[in-house]
Amino acid sequence: MKRNLLTLLTFAAVLAALEVAGRNGAWDTRVLPLPSEVAAYIADAFTDGARRDQLPAAVTANATAATLGTATSTTAASLWTAFAGSTLTEALLVTLKRLVSGYLIGFLAGIPLGLLTARFNFFRETFGLVALGMQGLPSVCWVPLALIWFRPTENAILFVVVMGTVWSLMLATEHGVRTVPPLYVRAARTMGSRGLHLWWRVLLPAALPAVIGGMKQSWAFAWRSLMAAEIYVTILTGCGLGWLLHNGREVLRMDQVMGVMLIIVIVGLTADRILFAPAENRIRARWGLDKN
Amino acid sequence: MPTAIEQELRPVAPSKLSLRHVSKIFRGQSGETLAIDDISLDVSEGEFVCLAGPSGCGKSTILNLIAGLEELTSGEALLDGAPITGPGRDRMVMFQEAALFPWLDALGNVLFGLKLKPNLNNAERREVARFYLRLVGLEKQENANIHELSGGMRQRVALARSLAPNPRILLMDEPFSALDTLTRETLYRDLQSIFSKRRKTIVFVTHNIREAVCLGDRIVLLSSHPGRVREIFTVNLPRPRDINDAAVATFAHQITETLTQYLETPATKEAVL
Repeated sequence: MKRNLLTLLTFAAVLAALEVAGRNGAWDTRVLPLPSEVAAYIADAFTDGARRDQLPAAVTANATAATLGTATSTTAASLWTAFAGSTLTEALLVTLKRLVSGYLIGFLAGIPLGLLTARFNFFRETFGLVALGMQGLPSVCWVPLALIWFRPTENAILFVVVMGTVWSLMLATEHGVRTVPPLYVRAARTMGSRGLHLWWRVLLPAALPAVIGGMKQSWAFAWRSLMAAEIYVTILTGCGLGWLLHNGREVLRMDQVMGVMLIIVIVGLTADRILFAPAENRIRARWGLDKN
Repeated sequence: MPTAIEQELRPVAPSKLSLRHVSKIFRGQSGETLAIDDISLDVSEGEFVCLAGPSGCGKSTILNLIAGLEELTSGEALLDGAPITGPGRDRMVMFQEAALFPWLDALGNVLFGLKLKPNLNNAERREVARFYLRLVGLEKQENANIHELSGGMRQRVALARSLAPNPRILLMDEPFSALDTLTRETLYRDLQSIFSKRRKTIVFVTHNIREAVCLGDRIVLLSSHPGRVREIFTVNLPRPRDINDAAVATFAHQITETLTQYLETPATKEAVL
């Protein structure tokens, strides 16, 4: 508790110092916005739903902090509309939808491929090698290809996210399975476990700590690929966080750029806390991995 | 009409085991190694046989052959007259390390083998698993994670796990060697009582001669590089035996004498127990 307070106070002090220095003309705040401007952008971009209903979509990014007061004075119901239809909420939903669907496809392909490469030499010497190579290829390098293959559509973005996910997950799964202590397999075999049962009930659970680690890593990779793709590719079917970031530069709104960057960081942290930390903690407790 | 559980828990007839001129060659990077050479051995129903000898005598290899985890190079291994072709639920193995699955709790581990038995439903399986946890004195730990158990408790769970599918043969590969003396001595008592209650054929590998005398009906002394049967001792001491008993110590001394005699060749000297 005390440590949290100290952390909080330190951050507050740094932000306050930046605010004061910036206000006193230490730098051009059009290039590096004040902390309060970034906060104001985020607050506004999360509550501009009502206003955006009346305006053509393209103008929304130019919304200013001046109208903030009108949004907060409304009732809870209209607050909800203001939030649900806001710039950031919509961008978040678009981005998360792409992220989750791309990650799921990568997951559904990566785990079985990892199991196959762990099991069969043929797959290890073919797919395994490809995975090793592809993992070294930043997934934004797939964008030119994706644009030709799929045109600037959702599928192009999905493809890039899948390419960012699948290889690392595949390699992590393979590694996990191949480092399962042989004793587990021998013990299971003496109890009559064979074939699919051995895979499903022994090798996979035994490899689970490594697989979860790989899932976490590939989630981070998917997130990076998606941001790269969204900045690079403008798609009319939806404007995600990456597009907002890109747009912020085009309209010279650095508060927007930094605000969106902050949101991206928070989404990443939250995903880790919600999706992976509980699973990881459960496994650590069950296996006793915290004991040294 | 007995219930499925009563039927399941009824002691099964132990098996008869025979090895005829069994040899095993391992092919590794350093070429071929003859691990065991021309081993012939009969184990009768309900007998407790200890395989003892220095390291490299192939005692674990023999156990793995019987378990069906490895294939023999020549000779034959028969179980009730039929050749052993692979692992089977009639032969359960207990390893040196507990080899329990860390992703399951104690009960889950004991249930693992039972879940592969089709003649029971899940409720019955749980009851059978609890019966064996009770037998090894761990009924209170059924929901414990494996890492929360002490070394001795883990081996008890492992014992319950190998007893649970009601095998006819129990194969034990130095199961107590990693435990402290006190825990080990309690387990000697427990194992002897389970042996007399459940009537199993037991093949027990050890390098501890006293342990062998304390537990076995017969002790097969092996020599190493390659593993060969050196001598077979029959232990006629009354059960239950205590490892600290004078009679056990005297008998063990006698066997150790024999062992040192044949170890007195320079090549194998360092392999002394």
